[in-house]
Amino acid sequence: MSHSAKDHRGRPLVVVTGIGIVTSLGEGKEDNWRNLTAGVSGVRKISRFPTEGLRTQIAGTIDWQGEGRYCAPMHSIQLASKSAIEAIEQSGIGSRRFFPGPLFVANSPAETKWVQRMVIYNGQHGAGSNGYDRLLKNVAMDDFSRYYSLFQFGSIAEHLADKFGTQGQPISLTTACASGATSVQLGVEAIRRGDTDAALCIGTDGEICEEMVVRFNLLSALSTQNDDPQGASKPFSKTRDGFVMAEGSATLVLESYDGAKARGAKILGVVRGTGERADTFHRTRSTPDGSAIIDTINRSLVDAGMSPPEIDCINAHGTSTPENDKMEFLALSAVLGESLGSTPISSNKSMIGHTLSAAGTIEAAISLLTIEAGVIPPTINCIEQDPNILMDVVPNEKRVQAVNSVMSNSFGFGGQNVCLIFSAEPA
Amino acid sequence: MNLEKTEVWVTGIGLVSSLGEGLDSHWTQLTSGDVPVPSVDSTSHTPYLVHPIVDFEIGTQIPKRSDQRQMGPWQHLGTYAAGLALDDAGIAHNPELLAATNMIVAAGGGERDLDVDTAIMEKINGLENPGPVLNEALNTELRPTLFLAQLSNLMAGNISIVHGVTDSSRTFMGEESAGVSAIETAVGQIQHGQGEIFLVGGAYIAERADMIMLMEFGRTLWQGEHGSVWSRRDTAGGMIMGSAGAFLILESRSHAEARGAKPYARINRVVSDRCNRQPGAARKVGDGLFKQIRDQIPPGPLPVLTGCCGIQPHLVDELDFLNNLTERGIDPVIRGVTTVLGNTMEAQFPVNVILASLAISRGAFFDPFDASGVEQAFSGDPERILISTWAHWRGESLALIEKPDVPLRGGKSK
Repeated sequence: MSHSAKDHRGRPLVVVTGIGIVTSLGEGKEDNWRNLTAGVSGVRKISRFPTEGLRTQIAGTIDWQGEGRYCAPMHSIQLASKSAIEAIEQSGIGSRRFFPGPLFVANSPAETKWVQRMVIYNGQHGAGSNGYDRLLKNVAMDDFSRYYSLFQFGSIAEHLADKFGTQGQPISLTTACASGATSVQLGVEAIRRGDTDAALCIGTDGEICEEMVVRFNLLSALSTQNDDPQGASKPFSKTRDGFVMAEGSATLVLESYDGAKARGAKILGVVRGTGERADTFHRTRSTPDGSAIIDTINRSLVDAGMSPPEIDCINAHGTSTPENDKMEFLALSAVLGESLGSTPISSNKSMIGHTLSAAGTIEAAISLLTIEAGVIPPTINCIEQDPNILMDVVPNEKRVQAVNSVMSNSFGFGGQNVCLIFSAEPA
Repeated sequence: MNLEKTEVWVTGIGLVSSLGEGLDSHWTQLTSGDVPVPSVDSTSHTPYLVHPIVDFEIGTQIPKRSDQRQMGPWQHLGTYAAGLALDDAGIAHNPELLAATNMIVAAGGGERDLDVDTAIMEKINGLENPGPVLNEALNTELRPTLFLAQLSNLMAGNISIVHGVTDSSRTFMGEESAGVSAIETAVGQIQHGQGEIFLVGGAYIAERADMIMLMEFGRTLWQGEHGSVWSRRDTAGGMIMGSAGAFLILESRSHAEARGAKPYARINRVVSDRCNRQPGAARKVGDGLFKQIRDQIPPGPLPVLTGCCGIQPHLVDELDFLNNLTERGIDPVIRGVTTVLGNTMEAQFPVNVILASLAISRGAFFDPFDASGVEQAFSGDPERILISTWAHWRGESLALIEKPDVPLRGGKSK
């Protein structure tokens, strides 16, 4: 790659100048990186709510003491704020309440949860009626204005836009488990269009509650290995039985290369390419021939102007569900061909769990840290690798290896698939 | 904007609302010469009013019953309206074009099963330790399909599955502003070569107790008789929600011409911003937005479609802003779309772009929706129509829709 500020298609080069991360492994890059490279799991027994009677009783929740009753959007906002502060401080861009660009936030759809529903139900004005009539009577008489500003579908992004002083209408987005990667994609596209020199891309998810656990259990998507929380997320293993839900947030500050250079910012990496392809097969499964995710990965390579041998390692979607890991292997073998054997492919979800809407952003952040450190975090809990998944999954131990380019995959329920490619700053 | 920038055409429309289905039905009712008669349900959700969705034949756009069963009414409506737009643009059942069609859906949430919620609330009411009972109830009452019907991104997912739209797929959340951002982003992407053809839109079902509750958390709903949005000017204000499914096909001019597609209208630009809604703040944003588009608007009468929500003080602020365009030599001829359709939330801005495109393509503007004097008659062939949306909570936006053959004005950059 040349010193040019344009990419191979003449578009503004997009770089990363700030990274922030919060997961079940800790707050901030330092704690996360230490635990990721040490192969530590952040999954534990759920203590937020009673789990009696639930098939799955483990998750990578983030529980902070002394912050009052759990409220999902508040929690997502708090997680996002921590990662955004870290990223903005690192980049040195803007000022405390002014970010000179738009905000793209990946978050789970806002929903009034059972905690809130019962607070309303137990109000003083609903006697004699039940169900939503009772809720509405209480809502009509008592002050629930705090819920109004928290449970709109755009609430999380609006609160973050207020807090960080981003420009224009923030975009709240969801593409299920690909959401975090979509937030990065939207930022990249805005900078490539020349709409802005900088963008704040956040993925956040702090939504674990009883109903979320039950819903994913109904889809048979979650691991039920409750007796061994830290061993339950085992991507690419023979005995994998589902993903482990988790919470977290990551933020990337994206800038045009020119903008970052002009203000003397340290460049942490380049977003080389993004790819996307929606699937038509099924609401929770990929097309059996893998064509949609194969296309997604191929398109990211085309967008980046790269070929498979240039990818040094892959940050897998690697959810630990039987279906995903099989399909991801199928797609990667199809795309990488001969390069498959020499490309390490690791899943951060083995340690963090699956942070759903935040996963794509968190894994983008970790991909960049991988480049910076020259260390690939392991896929832990790989005691017996699935004999049908013949790839180097960096089992159990980190790998020290120079890494110039990382591909990061995100595949969502609903058939929304995104692939991102990051490289080191051009020498 | 420079003149070299790719033009964005509206080449397909799918519309279902409380008034009816399809463009002809809306055009007839909104140009009858009389003030239109909205469809209002004032009894099912007393004391609140809603504009209920008309019946539509799901099977004509979602033929497989197995697909129908995976969705609730909200996803049915969106998937149906998206299908109408794809049909209208002549790209339905064309695998090659569908594989190159990008999608941005403006979404709220899908349906909860309110009966299940009700049963569970009764079951856990008054319990000292409701947790285990709640878990048990959720385990036995919830169904997998219900969860998928609730997911915001599954409207897009269902559109991909049912209609085969498979290029990029994004779902934006966040009330009226999500509809604005969806179209604004698609327009930006087309203008900069990040896609040639987009399916964009949203849907909203107003007649849902959980959505009514969400709005009433903020005391935002109107109670009492139905009246035009302007009849609430001297009151504390309030919204009447309306159901609609509204999708558009947006396409670069060259792409449309190459396949022989005819435009309804051209989207000149969409501009948006936000504020914290402190007194006077939205007005200031509106003035700033207008500055960004004023070079595109010649002096004289300007038809305006507003999504004015009905909440105070935004109602009065937005109307003042529009009326004050006279200070800039522009004579706004206003139509309050919420009077006839209600606030259709995520679908609202797409609905207004559709109505503007309809009027442009028919060479006339709508008759007044209200007889109070706010809305003046407009006789003539509108060259351009302004759309204004002050969202009920956050976000202000303007858009300019124009005849596709009118030369772009000026070369001033954005």
